[in-house]
Amino acid sequence: MTPRRRQRLVLVGLIVVGCTIAIGLALLALRENINLFFSPSQIVDGTAPSNTTIRLGGMVVAGSIQRGENLGVTFVLTDLAEQVTVAYEGILPDLFREGQGIVTQGKLDSTGRFLAEQVLAKHDETYMPPEVNDALRKVMAVGQ
Amino acid sequence: MIPELGTFSLILALLCAIVQGTFPLLGAHRNHYHWMNLARSAAWSQLVFVGLAYACLTVSFLSHDFSVRYIALNSNTQLPVIYLISGVWAGHEGSLLLWALILAGWTGAVERCSSAIPQEMRARVIAVMGLVSTGFLLFIIMTSSPFVRQFPIPLEGNDLNPLLQDPGLAIHPPILYLGYVGFSVPFAFGIAALLAGRLDGAWARWSRPWTLFAWTFLTIGIALGSWWAYNELGWGGWWFWDPVENASFMPWLVGTALVHSLAATEKRGVFKAWTVLLALFAFSLSLLGTFLVRSGILTSVHAFANDPARGVFILIFLSLVVGLSLGLYAWRAPSVRSTLVTSPISRESFILINNILLMVTTATILLGTLYPLVMDALGLGKISVGAPYFNSVFVPLTAPLVLLLGTASVIRWKQDRIKRLLWILTPILLISFVIGVLWPVFNMPHYSSVAIFGVTLGVWTFATAVVGVWSRTSGGNRWRRLRNTPSSFYGMTLAHIGVGVFAIGIALTSAFSVEKQVRMAPGDHQLIGGYDFRFDGVIDVRGPNYLAQRGVITVLKDGLPVSRLEPEKRTYQIQRNPMTEAGIEAGLMRDLYVSLGEPLDDGRSWGLRLYLKPFIRWIWLGALLIAIGGLIAGFDRRYRLPSGIRNRSPGTVTTPSVGM
Repeated sequence: MTPRRRQRLVLVGLIVVGCTIAIGLALLALRENINLFFSPSQIVDGTAPSNTTIRLGGMVVAGSIQRGENLGVTFVLTDLAEQVTVAYEGILPDLFREGQGIVTQGKLDSTGRFLAEQVLAKHDETYMPPEVNDALRKVMAVGQ
Repeated sequence: MIPELGTFSLILALLCAIVQGTFPLLGAHRNHYHWMNLARSAAWSQLVFVGLAYACLTVSFLSHDFSVRYIALNSNTQLPVIYLISGVWAGHEGSLLLWALILAGWTGAVERCSSAIPQEMRARVIAVMGLVSTGFLLFIIMTSSPFVRQFPIPLEGNDLNPLLQDPGLAIHPPILYLGYVGFSVPFAFGIAALLAGRLDGAWARWSRPWTLFAWTFLTIGIALGSWWAYNELGWGGWWFWDPVENASFMPWLVGTALVHSLAATEKRGVFKAWTVLLALFAFSLSLLGTFLVRSGILTSVHAFANDPARGVFILIFLSLVVGLSLGLYAWRAPSVRSTLVTSPISRESFILINNILLMVTTATILLGTLYPLVMDALGLGKISVGAPYFNSVFVPLTAPLVLLLGTASVIRWKQDRIKRLLWILTPILLISFVIGVLWPVFNMPHYSSVAIFGVTLGVWTFATAVVGVWSRTSGGNRWRRLRNTPSSFYGMTLAHIGVGVFAIGIALTSAFSVEKQVRMAPGDHQLIGGYDFRFDGVIDVRGPNYLAQRGVITVLKDGLPVSRLEPEKRTYQIQRNPMTEAGIEAGLMRDLYVSLGEPLDDGRSWGLRLYLKPFIRWIWLGALLIAIGGLIAGFDRRYRLPSGIRNRSPGTVTTPSVGM
């Protein structure tokens, strides 16, 4: 084996080992950190798993925002077909308001309430998160 | 009239770019002097016309020409002048024009500074940049002209997105683009060298300063973006692993690998083919970044546009650039002969490990960023990959990198002895560890392994850098030796210290930040990490184009006031969007950070975020040091090619034997 070949072999070996470790790490980390997106309909019909971190998106139902103790708040999200009550503790984003499409991240409890750890609303009042938009469109298509 | 002038100049610029991208290339192939010489005039005329188009758009912004749709969407008569100027790049169309202008600018700079490079090489480099420019100008003219008129003409514009009305964000895109687009220069040098079949030390030497400058701008651009997010998004975070951030971070990582491997290629003639590949990757990832950010396929504040035609165009352009350059690489690279690495214990070997770690990190970030898109495209469900994924792959991959970085200042090229290295480095590592353990104990409220780890790494990079300079200049007259040390060595030292400062900042901030979300009525107190935050109430204020509610919070320590923070909740009059402006008292050792949430109980009390962020400034300070290091290295005297060697072949350029 020429020195050049040997060096190339060592290099390739190093890269393979590095990539294997990295891919292993990455897949392990991915498995624990992928959050699936669900619509209120999927929560109600039982497609969504409970006690796993998932994302739920929909429109905030008018008049559904209720303040509780401290910074506790509950509101209802809809995809125009079904509704899910969301509970959250903390400050809501600037653009959180009635009729706005938002995405929340959290867990579904056994009573069918969604306990949000994060509420995301993007900075544009005409903006609708693509996931929410798709979910709404699906409902509209079924309705026609 | 002025917008039409802009359109015409864009078309003329496109014609110049086509000439620039074809004739010099053919001329270099056929050894046709005059065709090669066209590169110069075509590049300059392209710059003039793109500059003219850009000036037209700026003038239209300043004169509130709302018949231009882009301006009506992004401007307003009440907008302060600075945001009229920065409004030019607030949206998709204008930022592409800025991109094209910067590309033309880099081309002009390369033309201007490379009189010492053989004409054939220069013609090819300028031509490749002309081809890239052709693609971008075509894209602007065909799908996203900022000069499109609309009727009827609105009386008032839609205003600039309030998020973008911040000095930090006004300069963030141009600096970031200077970095992104700057990678087109090493890319063009790489393609030119592959075309010529001549990859040598001289090639690496020509590309190195350009790569360093591009990388410096990218560093500053990313740091500015992070600093802006901290100030403006109102939740006190500085990095979110948002796909858009990743889009800028990936070219930075590859660029970092490129900066290092170029050094090895220049000094030792090793990894030639690999270095070219990195140059191709860095620019490809810059293009991918543009695609991700500008196509609107990402759920992100940056995704302003959502036009499939644009996405398709960029995708075709991207595949052409990546496909053709990788094809050329596959065809030409096997004939490249690199010098062999003589020993596994040598600077070049360590640079190789550095490169592998950086590339693997890039790959994992790419995986996490594209995975949701791929899943969605295949119809396998909508998912998101959270920040914990990125943190859990990033830290184990970069921690060894920082450890390795400490050896850079003392290890020798070609061959070193492991005994010698251990003799120098082991005591430094031990001392770093001791300081790492003691620092949090004396300075911080509680024990944290993250902090010990981070501070150890930080002190390690600092101490090794200082020892590196010391041992390099010992023996003989120290002052003379310090003066004779090339500035690229100082640049490296400073950048490496910057990494250490950055690591300390991250570790201490993430370990000891105190964050509280509370409901407070005027007069209420909250105790956070020894600081007493007193809420004094909210007053109404009026800004140039917004109304704001300004909270007043007095921070006391041991009963004495240390600071008065005034966070605002602004409502911009046109778009009616609320905006959070955090109240921050910045300090080298800690930031006090308050932002207003929402009014509760009909305004009798407020939701407030109260944060104490130790050492967060060190994150941006580190980034700044890294950038300054890059700049100093780029200005190394050795890269300023004397014009005397203008007509010699690149093979005869002698390589000085001084270190990095």
